[in-house]
Amino acid sequence: MSEILFFDSTLRDGSHAVDHQLSVANIKEYCSHIDDVGLYVVIVGHGNGLGASSLQVGLSAISDKEMLQIARKELKKTKLGVFLIPGFGTINDDLLPAIDIGVDLFCVAAHCTEADVTGQHIEYLCKRHKEAYGVLMMYHMASKEKIAEEVLKMQSYGAKGVILMDSAGASTPNMVSETISHLVKDVRVKIGFHAHNNMGLAISNSLIAIQNGALIIDGTSRGFGAGAGNCQLEVLVGLLSKMGISTDLDLYKMMDVSEGIVSKIMKKPQEISSISLISGISGIFSGFANHVKKAAERFNVDPRDIFVELGKRKMVAGQEDFIVDVAMYLANKKTSEKESYDIESLL
Amino acid sequence: MKKVRVGIIGTGNIGTDLLFKIQRSEILECGIFTGRRLDSQGIKKAELMGVKTSCESINAILNNSNLCEIVFDATSATVHQKNAPILKRLNKFAIDLTPSRIGKMCVPAVNIRECLEGDNVNLITCGGQAAIPIINAIMKVHPETEYVELVASIASKSAGPGTRVNIDEFTQATRDAIEKLTGVRKAKAIIILNPAEPPVLMHNTIYAKIQKPDLNRLKKEVNLMEKLIQEYVPGYKITLGPVFENGRVTTMIEVIGKGDYLPKYSGNLDIITCAAINVAEEYVKHKLTLKAGK
Repeated sequence: MSEILFFDSTLRDGSHAVDHQLSVANIKEYCSHIDDVGLYVVIVGHGNGLGASSLQVGLSAISDKEMLQIARKELKKTKLGVFLIPGFGTINDDLLPAIDIGVDLFCVAAHCTEADVTGQHIEYLCKRHKEAYGVLMMYHMASKEKIAEEVLKMQSYGAKGVILMDSAGASTPNMVSETISHLVKDVRVKIGFHAHNNMGLAISNSLIAIQNGALIIDGTSRGFGAGAGNCQLEVLVGLLSKMGISTDLDLYKMMDVSEGIVSKIMKKPQEISSISLISGISGIFSGFANHVKKAAERFNVDPRDIFVELGKRKMVAGQEDFIVDVAMYLANKKTSEKESYDIESLL
Repeated sequence: MKKVRVGIIGTGNIGTDLLFKIQRSEILECGIFTGRRLDSQGIKKAELMGVKTSCESINAILNNSNLCEIVFDATSATVHQKNAPILKRLNKFAIDLTPSRIGKMCVPAVNIRECLEGDNVNLITCGGQAAIPIINAIMKVHPETEYVELVASIASKSAGPGTRVNIDEFTQATRDAIEKLTGVRKAKAIIILNPAEPPVLMHNTIYAKIQKPDLNRLKKEVNLMEKLIQEYVPGYKITLGPVFENGRVTTMIEVIGKGDYLPKYSGNLDIITCAAINVAEEYVKHKLTLKAGK
């Protein structure tokens, strides 16, 4: 099973956990030490990808260009990757400069039902002979049949693989096995899985994805990531080795990077807070957590109620602006009705 | 008063919605509704209304230029590139609803006057139509604003194949138009498609980076601008703010479509067809004033 490709999103998803304040030193140190581990690609940049540094999601401490230049210098054996969501970033403003810097691999992402917005970008990258992958975010919001249609679209644009993102950590184990096994029957490209840990299942769901035929696992060192974090890669690798599934990855080195470097970048250990748990139950993107906390304080409402209401409104990744809208709505409601607002309203 | 005849090229959703709106106009009437497919839904609707139709696209106007004085182009950016010089030669006033960027960028509430003298007007994007007037109101109070950002969310059902394939052009054209028509130093535009059922209404959030915002004056100017826009886009509404939170001034706008041909959630399309009709009507009034002056 050594054909599994490990995508490392530590310096991308982890950006959410530190309000997009990763520093030059963080990127340099991480990349120089992770290069020897045997990962397929290290993805670097703002949490929502190239061009996403914004008031909506959060401004990056340093520019995309600077981040990629630092990483490019340090990564010699491992590919350098980027993430891009059309609607945030564009070919002209973001992909062209990334190609010039020497980025090797590109993940182009869309909400799980909107794959056609990635066509322009994936086709462009293929024309430039770049390695392009599709990403379907918030995959829990669509049926496996619909996901299969969208994967086939990305395949037709030229994507080498398609990664499903459990962006809200809302997947049950059954959803993972049913969706992945359905997809691998129908499509030619590699299927990947990116887990979130909102319900404590990131490692388990990644394992289930592999057992059902996923050939790409996207995770992070120490689980560093939005909300409750991601699939902690070194733990998954340890588990796979115990199960007799070889990976060609250097587990000790991965542990050293996690312990010695990533633990220092993290503001606090990755935990499943009640906010992250509610985010998973409501099916709302984990990266909203810090924004929800701020809005809850500003408008004096319960952050959990914000998540429940966002879930009812079926908000997708990138819609952070609705957090303030919902917080103000709840604040007005609280004063006018004094109505209790709990999780039951969601069920 | 005798109505002025207009032509519509493109018989898809946008073209057909324009046709419905023209039926209500006291100034305009549709002289030709022309596309490429005689069996399209739009053509059928037009025939029921008794409007002259054609499947020869711009050639219908080229062959009989008396059919109209003003032409709405609701095709695509590439087609408008070919149509624009033809319309100019025929001496027609062109109102371009594609992202071709050929004509003068126009947002009626902001710069209608200066757009009527030329021969080709471009309506930018729905996000641009929704946000630029409000950003202008903000800039009037705080000209020192260093950065603004627009997040436009649109129901998936309301984003046609054109928008999807040209999503880069949408964000870039919107951003460039904000910078050009509001004078803010730096702008960014983000677009999000939301597939929720029932479909979400068109929603726009504007963030402005302002050190010490004067919220009372901002509210006053933004509300004045809202009223001005409502004169030609009845479903336009400020739903939140301006409010200062998280170090930024946030204003939110919702646009409910008129529900002419397109459903009400398609506020993104309604705002641009409303703007187009407004430009045409103002153009006619402007020409009449000029005539009366002579």
